[in-house]
Amino acid sequence: MVEVTMKVNGKSVTKSVKGNTLMTEFLREELRLTGTHVGCDTSQCGACTIHVNGLQVKACTMFAAEADGAEVGTIEGQADADGSLNAIQQAFQDYHGLQCGFCTPGMVMAAAALLKNNPKPTEAEVRHHLEGNICRCTGYHNIVRAILAASGQDVPAVAAE
Amino acid sequence: MPKDHGIGASQKRREDVRFLTGAGQYTDDINVYNQAYVYFLRSDVAHGKISSINTEAAAAMPGVVRIFTGADFEGVGGLPCGWQVTDKNGDPMKEPAHPVLAQGKVRHVGDPIAAVVADSLEEARTAAEAIEVDIEELPAVVNMAAALEGGSAKVHDDLSDNLCYDWQFGSDPAETQAAFDSAAHVTTLELTNNRLVANPMEPRVAVGEYNRANDESTLYTTSQNPHVIRLLMGAFVLGIPEHKLRVVAPDVGGGFGTKIFHYAEEAFVTFASRQINRAVKWTSSRSEAFMSDAHGRDHVTTIELALDADNNFTAVRTNTLANMGAYLSTFSSSVPTWLHGTLMAGNYKTPNVLVNVKAVFTNTVPVDAYRGAGRPEATYQLERIIDKAARELGVDPIALRRQNFITEFPYQTPVAVVYDTGDYVATMDKMEELMDLGNFDARRKESEAKGKLRGLGVNCFIEACGIAPSNLVGQLGARAGLYDAATVRVNATGTISVLVGAHSHGQGHETAFPQVVAEMLGIDESMIDIVHGDSAKIPFGMGTYGSRSIAVCGSAMVRATEKIINKAKKIAAHLLEAAEADIELKDGQFSVAGTDKSVAWGDVTLAAYVPHNYPLEEIEPGLEETAFYDPSNFTYPAGAYACEVEVDPETGEVTIEKFVSADDFGNVINPMIVEGQVHGGIAQGIGQALLENCAYDENGQLLSASYMDYAMPRADNLPMLDSYLVDHSCQTPCTHNPLGVKGCGEAGAIGSPPTVVNAVIDALQSGGHKVEHIDMPVSPGRVWAAING
Ligand code: FES
Ligand code: FES
Repeated sequence: MVEVTMKVNGKSVTKSVKGNTLMTEFLREELRLTGTHVGCDTSQCGACTIHVNGLQVKACTMFAAEADGAEVGTIEGQADADGSLNAIQQAFQDYHGLQCGFCTPGMVMAAAALLKNNPKPTEAEVRHHLEGNICRCTGYHNIVRAILAASGQDVPAVAAE
Repeated sequence: MPKDHGIGASQKRREDVRFLTGAGQYTDDINVYNQAYVYFLRSDVAHGKISSINTEAAAAMPGVVRIFTGADFEGVGGLPCGWQVTDKNGDPMKEPAHPVLAQGKVRHVGDPIAAVVADSLEEARTAAEAIEVDIEELPAVVNMAAALEGGSAKVHDDLSDNLCYDWQFGSDPAETQAAFDSAAHVTTLELTNNRLVANPMEPRVAVGEYNRANDESTLYTTSQNPHVIRLLMGAFVLGIPEHKLRVVAPDVGGGFGTKIFHYAEEAFVTFASRQINRAVKWTSSRSEAFMSDAHGRDHVTTIELALDADNNFTAVRTNTLANMGAYLSTFSSSVPTWLHGTLMAGNYKTPNVLVNVKAVFTNTVPVDAYRGAGRPEATYQLERIIDKAARELGVDPIALRRQNFITEFPYQTPVAVVYDTGDYVATMDKMEELMDLGNFDARRKESEAKGKLRGLGVNCFIEACGIAPSNLVGQLGARAGLYDAATVRVNATGTISVLVGAHSHGQGHETAFPQVVAEMLGIDESMIDIVHGDSAKIPFGMGTYGSRSIAVCGSAMVRATEKIINKAKKIAAHLLEAAEADIELKDGQFSVAGTDKSVAWGDVTLAAYVPHNYPLEEIEPGLEETAFYDPSNFTYPAGAYACEVEVDPETGEVTIEKFVSADDFGNVINPMIVEGQVHGGIAQGIGQALLENCAYDENGQLLSASYMDYAMPRADNLPMLDSYLVDHSCQTPCTHNPLGVKGCGEAGAIGSPPTVVNAVIDALQSGGHKVEHIDMPVSPGRVWAAING
């Protein structure tokens, strides 16, 4: 067992875990943050996407011990301080960018990481960035629209470019 | 002005808030106090005799609670098939036993041999590795044609062969033959509808919890229909009385058909929990899902189309081999027959339609309904052969379709069903308008200038949604009714809980259903909540599949709300001291016609529950009504789709440059949700056409058992925003349900595969390649081989 300390959504946590505990297990089982989902075992679906020290990471692909000392962000920490949906979450609702909601936390986290580095992406850049996130329900159309809208751009105008 | 309220409004989904904040509760998020975990040891060979299983060493390993094998299930029922199909010679289909854990033999890769229950999943998995299984491997049969040959390996030793049934349906065979004999032209095509894996992003999960205090079992499961699972598992598999069994399907992360069925793992955790008096949890991994979720499609067909000298269709005849896999999954037998053969007329007035289907057992994962179930297979055959016929005859494929459209309704097809309404000309007109066909040649030239080949593909489809009615499907072999139920429970202060038999796994019921009730009562949607997914709370309904939610369960909800209105009017009449016949309900107010006397909805509901001033001698207190609704017919959504593709002749790569769908869904409750359903369906259809394939080698090894080998559509594989139009403005309301709705969930998956393949073939022909057909998925390798072959 190893002791790990990290900040998750701004709150400090210390737990002792097995060396082979995956970050997904740590978040879901130890911290009961079940918004981070597990959709595959080959690191390809992106349902488990979180932020570690500001970088987009697949939580099924790292051990909890590797996050020792890190700042971790999950879907549970994304809403605005007053509890209302943040701009990206709101755009997903406005543009119907989700159906069953299972891929959604990972999509929102991936979108946030994209917009941080590239605040005004093109449609092609959005699609390319979503390469590691699978959605089976929406056909991506409305997810792409939501992310473009969340970037503050006029969706039809970007789409026509 | 688009509506912002009630039927027809694109209301934003209320369920989104919990999904977007990580607050959804999916089955894997549920943990029960002191639960144990199960790991299934699954066969890694496709066919074999289990000589011995030694669990002794494994049982002694840390954390192991108990190990189960097939022997523990002697005397327990097997998984039942829900639909009996009759052979063309009158014999019932062959129904081999499907034990919860393999008994004596394994029949496909993934067939569960043993189940280890331990304190942790890790301990269960580690112990499973210590189980010694001796399997004598037998020759496997994967190819359907080979499976039907004498001398082939037999999947089930107690059956005479691997033929499940030989089903024939439709027009008289001799008359059909005569139509072919006298035809001016006959087109023939052989094609495969590739095997797919549904792949909802949430893998299946089951938690069984037994409570000795009241002898009750609860199953939390990723299901599309909790009551059906309760009935099947209680009555057929485990023999637990239904009132001692509760099935809960909370938030479910997508289904697409594959979560309709009753699975061994659900029965296992419920059984094991009773045995060890402790909750048992199973969570599928994705690799496990590939070999334990029912697969979809997998038909091999020869289709023939006969035309007269004026290019009128005179006969269609099909011969299909349909893969059942190793066992009959819950609705597998109905998919290639009643869900497929009855749609073989398509949108066309063809006088003779004859369908033959041979269902075959092979050493593969069981196959069952997947988004569209049977209807995509029918559409693909018909729309591919119409394109081929048009090319052979040198006529325009759109004109050939238009010429043969059914234009008068109701229309009795030669394959049993009666289309109530439709306007195929209107959807075709709409598609042509949106597709801007006039400029296609210019776009083709642009592509050619870049060294690419551009092709145009069109397609029409019809589907049958909301499978019904119960007495008819009963005659056809269904072992369940196909109605649905809703209870409208009004609270004292006027808020409402609507308890529904339908189940939402992404369809937005929590938003769309209240829109209907709010419109009927003239109150705000925020006063209405939907309760679903828990057999202990909801009336006996049949769940969600085959685009039945709004057409069938929504109609039950309308009927229950009508009963509420009737009773509320009686109460209002008493409060207003007026005659019941004079009471009108508008905008949540009951008023006396022609007067200014009125009473608000909330005052009426309060009177019902606090009946101080109330006609107790005439009506009971309370305001709660249930309705069961059994439709008199299917509904028949239809549409016209088109796309343009670019093919790179150097690499064989296909990209979709433009895509248009014009659908007729009848009346639409929430256009935004409907559009989303179409997008999702089209993505799955494009996935089938270009990318997805569930492949086995000749020994029955599953070659595509993870996202490394099974190509799922990604954002980059789909058309760009500005070249993708989804339209549902053509509306011919259904005539036999109170909402006039038809259903939209499967349309995209039905309409898009032939559209894409027709476009690819058109592109290749335009480049001078005389390719007539490529089987799906039309991958770069296959296209390149066809060009260079
Ligand atoms: S669960 Fe992490 S990528 Fe699929
Ligand atoms: S919303 Fe269901 S997988 Fe994306």
